[in-house]
Parts: sequence; structure tokens; C-alpha cells
Amino acid sequence: MNNQLENEEISRRKFFMKLSLGLAGLSAAVAAIPVISAVLAPLLESKVEKWRTVGKLNDFQMNTTNLVTFINADPEPYAGMTAKSAAWLRRSSDTNFIAFAANCTHLGCPVRWEKDAHLFMCPCHGGVYYADGSVAAGPPPKPLTRYQVRVINDEVQIKTAPLPITNIGGSKSQPV
Amino acid sequence: MKNFLKKIWKWIDDRSGFSESILPVITHPVPPRAKWSYVFGSATLFCFLLQVITGVALSLLYQPSSKEAYQSLQFITNQAKFGNVLRGIHYFGASAMIILVGLHMMRTYITASYKYPREMNWISGFFLLIFTIFMGFTGQLLRWDSNGVWSSVVAAQQLGRVPFVGEYLARLLLGGNTIGGQTLSRFYSYHVFIVPAFIFLFVAFHLYLVIRNGISEPPKAARMVDPKTYRSWYQNLLKREGVPFWPDAAWRDIIVSAFIIIAIIALAVFFGAPALTTPPDPSMVQTSPNPDWYMIPFFALFALMPHKIESIAMLLGPLLTIILLFSIPFISNKGERSPLKRPWAMFGVICVFVFVISLLVIGLQASWSPNFNTKPLPLTDIKSSNPDSTIIKGVHLFYAKGCQYCHTINHYGGKAGPNLTTVGNRLSIEELKVRIVNGGKNMPSFGGILSKEDLNNIVSFLHSQN
Ligand code: FES
Repeated sequence: MNNQLENEEISRRKFFMKLSLGLAGLSAAVAAIPVISAVLAPLLESKVEKWRTVGKLNDFQMNTTNLVTFINADPEPYAGMTAKSAAWLRRSSDTNFIAFAANCTHLGCPVRWEKDAHLFMCPCHGGVYYADGSVAAGPPPKPLTRYQVRVINDEVQIKTAPLPITNIGGSKSQPV
Repeated sequence: MKNFLKKIWKWIDDRSGFSESILPVITHPVPPRAKWSYVFGSATLFCFLLQVITGVALSLLYQPSSKEAYQSLQFITNQAKFGNVLRGIHYFGASAMIILVGLHMMRTYITASYKYPREMNWISGFFLLIFTIFMGFTGQLLRWDSNGVWSSVVAAQQLGRVPFVGEYLARLLLGGNTIGGQTLSRFYSYHVFIVPAFIFLFVAFHLYLVIRNGISEPPKAARMVDPKTYRSWYQNLLKREGVPFWPDAAWRDIIVSAFIIIAIIALAVFFGAPALTTPPDPSMVQTSPNPDWYMIPFFALFALMPHKIESIAMLLGPLLTIILLFSIPFISNKGERSPLKRPWAMFGVICVFVFVISLLVIGLQASWSPNFNTKPLPLTDIKSSNPDSTIIKGVHLFYAKGCQYCHTINHYGGKAGPNLTTVGNRLSIEELKVRIVNGGKNMPSFGGILSKEDLNNIVSFLHSQN
């Protein structure tokens, strides 16, 4: 009789121990869901892309390269000026435009178009690109990334895209 | 009155257990002759406390928002009373912490204090090193000017090189597909909540281990560490010759720490905080991002490395360094501790030290970057004064076509390419043309860019440089 009581007591205790651990685990797991989703928020957001007008057709002369700025696809209302992106827009023929991301494909620094030298130059580690975006010198592993461009009703539009990230080996599909 | 105060203290002491549990920790015996080289750890700790306090003060004035941080920084710097000094202290305090963590780690390695039974001290310290560097990096980004924006882009690019998940890591770091509203909020959270929490945790653990395992005794050649006998030998040493930590050993720690903190404040008062660059507008491309000095060795490494192996090195370099540092106490945890008897270890320390310092020096010069600020060559040193001569035309073209960004002539220009002050002695007209038209490994080919006439003018100028 006594023995049986003791056994019951032990299994009772075991049960409560397991129950407490289980409940604690459950509460932690449930609380973790919104926390983890906040941590991963940037990956969970929808990947919208939008056409943004960057100027009128006549604003851009033939065979020139100009800096254009536009607002990213889906900026937070509190992003302020950080919602902006820049591209180098080259008018190569009457209706043909090429838009290069301003980010060096090496480590992302902002390349600048040197009008007289006809080169894009990167201030960080000496990367240089030709007018067509191909690598002329320095560490960049691949040509400048391009944005899609179109002309609609005399308006030149650029399609927003994520910041280009160079993968290992330097190969990354271009959004064009 | 005195009695009354005494009574109060007695009550507090009894209920809190100060004399019973805290006092013995403060006065615990430590080995004698642990002299000035043992002060770096505590100095790091005091700098950390300084960072916590000035950081909290800064957070009272700072707006952690991508949109407004820049304005609030300007307010802190230009308007808030002592705001510039406050920023300065936080900046120089960060620099001091990085230096001190480095010195502390070097001292620990040189005296082999990581050996039995202090392996865990080393490992926890290793984590603290990583956290400290991460704090330095995120702190620089919170200075949300164009430098902050582009530094986060550069960091994202480096993370992007991680196989398979690189792109996700980069997007996580940026807080989205591009720089934006979430970017700064996240860095703020890392810098102010998440990493400091880990630092507190690991500092507590690190200090606990210092008490538990004792401060390592200064090494002596031929006195081996034997895990079987070390603990009892160490206890005997303490019994025989131990001195109380407070005040016999701690006064040095406090003097050095106080001195360092005064120096930090003095630097902050005299030099102020690092100046803000242009606003955090990712569409403003006329900017040359420059990391703070403690990030420059990395920066330099990426500029100097052969481009072919770079992507791999960007990944493997940090990984191997981390694995190596982590495994040091496992590679050898017993035997000789004296630096005199570990020549290869000393050689290694010196190599690493020289390597990092030279990267820093080279990085500060950043000679691989085009010098966008170069001024046109004064015509006084040119071997022609006729403005219509091909030489003078060449001088102007040399500037306009960007040659001078990378090449120096008569002390004007950049350092990415060879100095051309006397190139006329080295290369013939034909050779000069071939170089310019075809380019080279690190030089664009100008064949498609220069007209024939321009080319001739530039070559005629260069050839006159002898
Ligand atoms: S980021 Fe452009 S060369 Fe390194």
C-alpha cells in the first residue's frame, strides 16, 4: 500500500515536471513566432517592382550618360531620402536607353561617370568601367548591373530592382 | 549620528550579504608580480562602461530613423551642449576599446594565459572580440551620413559572397531589397540592444571565470603547466605568496584605466567627433565612402588581393581567422608558457601585428583609389610655353581625360598607376601609344575613347617628361 502511494507520488511528480517543461516550451515557441518574423521581416516582404518615370525623352541627348534618381518600389513612409536610388542612363539611339545601377559590382560603392574620360570610376578600390558598363580595370568581377528601361508616351521609365548583390564567382543574373 | 549610520550600514550589510559574498571577491588573493602588462583587460572593461554611459546619453538625443537620424546628429554636434564632445568620447572610446581588446588578447597569447585551466577565458574573450568589432562597425553606420549608407552597402556586398545564403544575409542586413526605412532601425537595434546584451552576458561570464580560475601567474621559463597538478600548485602559490586583489593589484588597473579615460576625453575635447559627411541619400553618387580607421585593414585587404581569389578570400579569410583564434587553447593547453620558450608563437604574433599595421598604413593612403581631387598641373614645369603646342594641349587632355586621377606627374595626380614624371626616359613614342590604346591589367584601354589627335597630343606631352 505504502509502496503504491510512493509510486503514484513519483509518477505524479514526473507528470508535473514534464507538464511544466512542455508548457514552458510551448509558451516560448508561440512567443517566438512574431519575434522571428520581425527578425526576418526583410525577407518576408513582397518583391514588388515598379516602373518609375525619370524624365522626358527630350531631356536626354544622344550618346550621353546622365544620372537619374527615382524612388524605390515600395518605400516605407518613414524612409525619407533613403528611399531614393540612382542609375546612370545612357541614350544610345533614338529610342534605345541603357540604365546602369550606380553600384560597383565589386563591393557596391557608387560609381561616377567621368564625362570627358568616358569611363565610370569607382572611388573605393579603383574599379573602372567603359561606357557600355563592361569592366575596364580594377577588381570588379563583372559589368555594371542594368535596370530595365522603356519609353512610353515620351516618358523614359526605369524598372526598380533590388540592390544588386554580387555572388561568389561574380556571376549574377542581370535583371535585364 | 555616527552610531546611527553604522546601524544602517549593518542592516544593509546583513540583508544584502555584502561583506559575506562580495568583499571576498574584491579582496581575493592573486599571484604577486602580476605587473603592468596585466592592466589591459580591466582597461577594456572601463572603456566599455564609458561606452555604455555615453551611449545611453547619446540615445537621449539621437533619432534612430533612416529619415531623421542625420538631422539629429547635426543637432547633437552643433546645438546640444557638449554634444560634440559626447560624440567624440563615444568615438574615441570605441577606438580605445578596439585597441585595448587587441592588446589584451596579444598579452594573453604572449604569456600563454589561455592554457589550462583558462581555455574558457580565452573562448569567452574571443566572442567579446567579435562583439566589439561588430559594435565598432554598427556604430560607424549609426553615424548615418553618406558614409554610413555606403558602408552598409559594402557590408551587404561582403555578406553576399557567402555561398547559397549570401543574398538573403545581405537583404537581412539592409532591412530590405534596398537601403530604406528599415535599414537604420535594424542597425540601431543591433548596436543598442542585441549586441550589448550579449556583451554584458559574456563580460559577466568572463569575469566570473577570472575569479574561478584565478589570474594567471606571470610565466617563468621551464615552469610547465600540467593539467594534473596545476590547480593545486596554483592554490599553494596563492597561499604562500598571494596578495589581495584590492588594493595590492587593482591600483594599477585603476590608474591605467583612469589615465586612458582622461586621454579619451581630452581627444574628444580637442578633436571633437568625426565630421558628418553628406546626407544619407543613396542617389547621391559623388561621394567617396571611407570606413573608420579600425575597418581600414579589411578595406585595404580587399583592394590589394588578387581579384581572382577575392570572392573566396572574402569568405574563407574571416572564417579561417575565426576558427584559428577559437581553437588556440585546444591546439596547446599545457606545457611551456614563457614567451622566451615559444619562439614560433612569438614570431606569429609579430607577423600578425606587422601585417595588420601595414594594412592600416597602406589603407590610410588608399593609393589604389583614383584621386578625384587632383588639381590641373601648373604649366611652369612643362617643357613648352606655347599654348598651341601639342605638349600643352596634352597637359590639358591628361587632366580632362582622367589620366591624372591615377598617374602622378610633378607631384600632381593619383597613385593608382605608375608615376609618369620621367616617363619620356622609359618609353618611346610608339610604346606610349601602345600602352594608352591597349591599356593594361589595371588600366582601361583608351583606344575607343581618345581621338587620334588627342592621343598624339597626350603622347607628345608624356614624351616630353624626361
Ligand atoms: S567597390 Fe568599386 S572597386 Fe571596390
